[in-house]
Amino acid sequence: MAIELLYFSWVREAIGTGAETVDPPAGLARVSDLIDWLATRSEGHASAFADRTRLRAAVDQVFVGLDAPLGHAREVAIFPPVTGG
Amino acid sequence: MIRVVVQPEQIDQAAEFAAIMAAGVGGIATFAGVVRADDGVTTLELEHYPGATEAALRRLADEAHGRWSLAAASVVHRVGVMRPGELVVFVGTAAAHRGAALEACAFLIDRLKTEAPFWKRETRGDSARWVEPRDGDSHAAARWDADPS
Repeated sequence: MAIELLYFSWVREAIGTGAETVDPPAGLARVSDLIDWLATRSEGHASAFADRTRLRAAVDQVFVGLDAPLGHAREVAIFPPVTGG
Repeated sequence: MIRVVVQPEQIDQAAEFAAIMAAGVGGIATFAGVVRADDGVTTLELEHYPGATEAALRRLADEAHGRWSLAAASVVHRVGVMRPGELVVFVGTAAAHRGAALEACAFLIDRLKTEAPFWKRETRGDSARWVEPRDGDSHAAARWDADPS
């Protein structure tokens, strides 16, 4: 099932796009499994996802840990820790 | 009154203050975050996650409204490119007494810094860098975890 991915900040810059639609293989149980698979797509993806401690995620706009279940996600956002205010 | 806005336009602090004043209660607290000119910063750029940012701010404002029985709460955050001296964020709270207004205002800005999806990029002349989160920010946010009431 297709998933809309959103990237922000330096994750977006490393990958070279802020959004892409992907069709990952079945059986990806967690957000971290999706990131493992995405990291194989290009050098930019691999570089953006090299240090997992610097990554945060949201599944269908709900902020979750990387070990959260992927479920039937339609939109997954991957980004660094936030720095607003 | 709960007001949550994410905007590229400059923040009109007089209008925002007046909106909080209009609640007609005795205690008002505000926080204004200003772009610093630290180490020669020429511009600051704020990126956000449209939709999710507004929802996160709304959740925080709703929580503050309920926890401190506020008459009004405003969170106005700017996005896009801004310069030193300009406002990044305005938080305003109104309550019957100062304690609730001051605590709710501190809660909103502390939690906003760790929970709302914004990212800052500083430019100094020709070089730009993404701002790293500060350890102090997560400690400041965590102090609101235990509800004293």
